[in-house]
Amino acid sequence: MSSTIIDQKYRHFDIENGIVYSSDVMLDLSKLKKVYPTPKGDHVVLEDLNLQIMKEEFVTIIGHSGCGKTTMLSMIAGLNPISGGNIAVLGHHIKGPGPDRGVIFQSPSLMPWMTSLQNVMLGVNQVFPHATKAQRTDIAKYYLQKVGLEDAFNKKATELSQGMQQRVGIARAFAIKPKVLLLDEPFGMLDSLTRGELQDILIEIWNKEKITAVMITHDVDEAIFLADRVVMMTSGPKAKIGDILNIDFERPRTRKAVLEHNDYYKYRKHLIDFLEH
Amino acid sequence: MKQSMTLGKVTKFIGLAGFLGTVKNMFTGKLEKEDFKNFLRKVIVPLASIFLFFGLWYLGSKSLYNIEAEHRIYKALVEQGPTEAEKVRTCIASGDISCQPNTLPSPAQVWESYKMLLADHYAISADKQAFKEKTAALNVKRIANGEAPIVYTGRPSFVDQILTSLKTVFAGFLLALFIAVPIGIVIGLSKTLRSSVNWIIQIFKPVSPVVWLLLVFMIVKTLNKDSSGDSSFIISFISVGLCSMWATLVNTAMGVSSVDKDYINVAKVLKLGPVQKVFKVILPSSLPLIFTGLRITLSVAWMVLIAIELLAQSPGLGSFVWEEFQNGAVDSNSKIIVAMFVIGLIGFLLDRIMLTIQKMISFNKNDGI
Repeated sequence: MSSTIIDQKYRHFDIENGIVYSSDVMLDLSKLKKVYPTPKGDHVVLEDLNLQIMKEEFVTIIGHSGCGKTTMLSMIAGLNPISGGNIAVLGHHIKGPGPDRGVIFQSPSLMPWMTSLQNVMLGVNQVFPHATKAQRTDIAKYYLQKVGLEDAFNKKATELSQGMQQRVGIARAFAIKPKVLLLDEPFGMLDSLTRGELQDILIEIWNKEKITAVMITHDVDEAIFLADRVVMMTSGPKAKIGDILNIDFERPRTRKAVLEHNDYYKYRKHLIDFLEH
Repeated sequence: MKQSMTLGKVTKFIGLAGFLGTVKNMFTGKLEKEDFKNFLRKVIVPLASIFLFFGLWYLGSKSLYNIEAEHRIYKALVEQGPTEAEKVRTCIASGDISCQPNTLPSPAQVWESYKMLLADHYAISADKQAFKEKTAALNVKRIANGEAPIVYTGRPSFVDQILTSLKTVFAGFLLALFIAVPIGIVIGLSKTLRSSVNWIIQIFKPVSPVVWLLLVFMIVKTLNKDSSGDSSFIISFISVGLCSMWATLVNTAMGVSSVDKDYINVAKVLKLGPVQKVFKVILPSSLPLIFTGLRITLSVAWMVLIAIELLAQSPGLGSFVWEEFQNGAVDSNSKIIVAMFVIGLIGFLLDRIMLTIQKMISFNKNDGI
């Protein structure tokens, strides 16, 4: 399948030339390439990868382990240098990391010597330097409340369970009001009950904030439940976009409604068929 | 109640928590049968080890005493004849100080010396106090006239020596801290710098305290030529600092250079400035390692201090030990053993203090040593 597949909804692209005219594109990856030089020659992880993500869109990325999903995400975050092609946020090429792209890491990555509030404040202070201290504290507390941690403002990160730590991670990412939210398998290390809880919390905040989100996952159900589009990546080396599936469930979604929807198993089968090839 | 709580804290601090707890349970009747094993492990065995230690020491000193005594009698017999030998034998048996064999002292002798040193300390303190009162009025007058006040110049007591040693070790420790931590941070942050100064660390780290002392002596002697004051304190604390700073230097550099990559990524994504990155992320996360380094530094400082004081002729426990050894009086050996215990106990306490601070600042409570 061609790598320039684009959803019917976004027909106002010039598909032939790969040029995007719309100002609705938040994140644009074009001809993205990643090469790791090795003594035996170059190892090409990603090649000719094109993907446009719209404003207020939630995209999940699914693919086999080691296909380069995380590499792609960390390149978008600016933590991994780009070998070829480019990445643009609202038409501006990215130069290194920055708070316009918030990241929720696979491990919660909280500073263990800080309380949950201080952890969120670390980012808020950086992004809103002109706000008063009280305003910044209010922002941090608001998001901690949103993730259900109103009783744990002053708890040290080490006193929180893995799931609670990841909630702080979510609050920290939303509190800096990024343009794009990047999630690298954020629930991969949690048990399935906690994972369900956190998916609900994530989608609830997202419904309100509508921050463009790109999320890597291994979990087919998670991918369908959260996403507007599921992007399937081919196995590496030289991974690229294999297929894109539109998920046309209405928002806001409930888990129950999604599971009972007639199309659910059709979507599921599509994804599993892709992954098993 | 409050008292027992503080007692509990103290025993926990010196690492004896289980011992007193079990003894307490035994007296309050809380000890169940299944606790017997616990009791054995926490009370009987430690007590037995103490008895064994003193028993072996006692037997050892007794046999050394006999060897030494026999040798003296034999020597008198060969050199001066049987009458003299018999005189020496009766003299030793009578316990007369003039002819006691001088060897490893027994526990009782050491205890006697300890009490004597303490009494000596009180005598000197009283003397000092009396001197102060006597000269108070005169000193006020002398200061008013712009003259130097008269100070006490009698010999220091054993406790004074301990305090002097502590002062020297803290001065050396602070010097090590102020040199090693900043340099450690700087070289931890830069890979280039780290590899370029690595040879200095690797070469100077294993150098013996004695050589450091000589080096410091060379430099301080030249710099301090005009000053009439005694430079032995300066020489010894600088040497202590230089000997002991390496553990902190290496640990700080390692802590700073090995900050969890996740934290660095968070700092990058939030675009923290360099100052914020160092103070909010890198330093807090390397504090536990820095403190491990400081703990090693303090114990090394205390260990080398004795040798350095001994060589630098600066007052303190080291010179106390050396003077007693040179003195060769009957109770000199037991005073040396008293000093040995004091040195060991103080070293242990210093280490415990550092461990407590280290536990307090460690963010991961499971990191205990």
